[in-house]
Amino acid sequence: MTAAVETGLTTTIHGDRVSLLRVLGPAHVWALGVGIVLVGEFTGWNFSADKGGALAALIVCWIVGLLYTSVAMIDSEVTSTVAAAGGQYAQAKHIVGPLMAFNVALFLVFAYTMLEVSDAILLGDTIVAKAGVEGLTHNSFIAATIVVLAWLNYRGVLMTLNVNFVITAIAYVSIVILFFSVSPWTQGAVLKLNELVTPGNALPYGWIGVIAAFQFGIWYYLGIEGTTQAAEEVRSPARSLPYGTMAGMITLLIAAAMTWYVCASMMPWEYLGITYYPLWDAGKLSGSPLLENLLFIATLLSALASANGCINDAARAWFSLGRDRYLPSWFSAVHPKYRTPYRSILFLLPIALAFAFIADLNQAITFSILSGVLQYTFMSINIMMFRKKWPLGSIRRGYTHPFHPLPAIVLFCLCMVTFFAIFLGFGSQLIAMTVFYFLISLWFHFYRYKFVRRGDQFSMPWPKPQGY
Amino acid sequence: MWMGLSYVCWGISAVLALWMLYDWFKVDTTYSEDMLTSSREGELEAVSEKHRI
Repeated sequence: MTAAVETGLTTTIHGDRVSLLRVLGPAHVWALGVGIVLVGEFTGWNFSADKGGALAALIVCWIVGLLYTSVAMIDSEVTSTVAAAGGQYAQAKHIVGPLMAFNVALFLVFAYTMLEVSDAILLGDTIVAKAGVEGLTHNSFIAATIVVLAWLNYRGVLMTLNVNFVITAIAYVSIVILFFSVSPWTQGAVLKLNELVTPGNALPYGWIGVIAAFQFGIWYYLGIEGTTQAAEEVRSPARSLPYGTMAGMITLLIAAAMTWYVCASMMPWEYLGITYYPLWDAGKLSGSPLLENLLFIATLLSALASANGCINDAARAWFSLGRDRYLPSWFSAVHPKYRTPYRSILFLLPIALAFAFIADLNQAITFSILSGVLQYTFMSINIMMFRKKWPLGSIRRGYTHPFHPLPAIVLFCLCMVTFFAIFLGFGSQLIAMTVFYFLISLWFHFYRYKFVRRGDQFSMPWPKPQGY
Repeated sequence: MWMGLSYVCWGISAVLALWMLYDWFKVDTTYSEDMLTSSREGELEAVSEKHRI
């Protein structure tokens, strides 16, 4: 059955097929999810304070936490059953249909590529801010970030996510160290929450400010759903994906709470809402050079971990589109030695570089958030259809989420609130993206779908859905 | 020092980008297109999942 083929590249291929390598465990899934997200604690979430004040930033921390807990639970159930690269794309394909799947894959590619671009810009800007050298630009650091991480992804998923585990853990531990270094149990020494957040300034714009803050509250957890892209490369998808995703979500809820408490207790909301480096600034304000340097390095590491995970996920989504011929099948090539979707990684590399050089941080972040929220809206509908077509007991699930349909309803409602918040801040971008997805859907329906091998795309050995 | 680091970054980026392009060319000329694009979704599940509850 196994025919070893020796070539100039010294590789072993099983039979005449080459596929992605199943080498990952729950820790890698955690590293992928938390790695993508943790940068949001180092920058991004704090802009919600500018929209609605420090208390609004805390309120959205918990409410958006509820949104993402629903995302994690729903995602864990569906993906422990649909264990394929492409994650939500493969889910949409099997549960809703091809047109939805095509759109979801584009949401994924846009969300991750734009997030990768934002991470690279952040890393470059952070180094330039630290250096303070006239004439030094961020371009070289952006290029190195994107190319080095693409190379790492090209060379293999195991090393990529081992690296992500280490740098994500260091960045996370730095938040914990900062938290315990500023004596969180006493107010007045370093932390001054009671002076900085008072009944008079806690919600400077009232409750509409809280709604507006949703747009940036997303940053606390944006990207945790990326764990599902590893489905085809984990050794035991039904066990590893729910464990890794839920552990990641718990980790992030703790990090978000600690981050808000320290930052809101050290900076007035007017400053907290506009700084690009809330945690690095907190390190500076602590008066400890050690903490300042630790938080500077952690900011860089969190941006690296996020960009690394995003390259991994965007490439898998693009690869999956090629494999089903939703895009040319040329993109579905797997490297025979490194077992990675190397053509998809290389194709997305210059696109990310181009956006990083021409787009600004705000635009890139907004496109990423918009694509992410569109995807979460789909997930709330997807799980309702999944439970209806394949009720509990009809197929084997690695994980079954509780309280259905409550998480789906909560998720849908919170997505609507977030869309409204985005419309308040970036209405024209929201409309532009909606028009783009509408036009690309027409292209897919009337032109591209004729190239798809319709029978081949539904690969899960499930019974017929109820009602068919 | 920072300007030097900037030049090093450009250098590393160029070297790794060229290496990837070289490897891409080498792989594409060594293996057949059918073999490179032979990955199929759900192969493992097709073998292991019986769906008998």
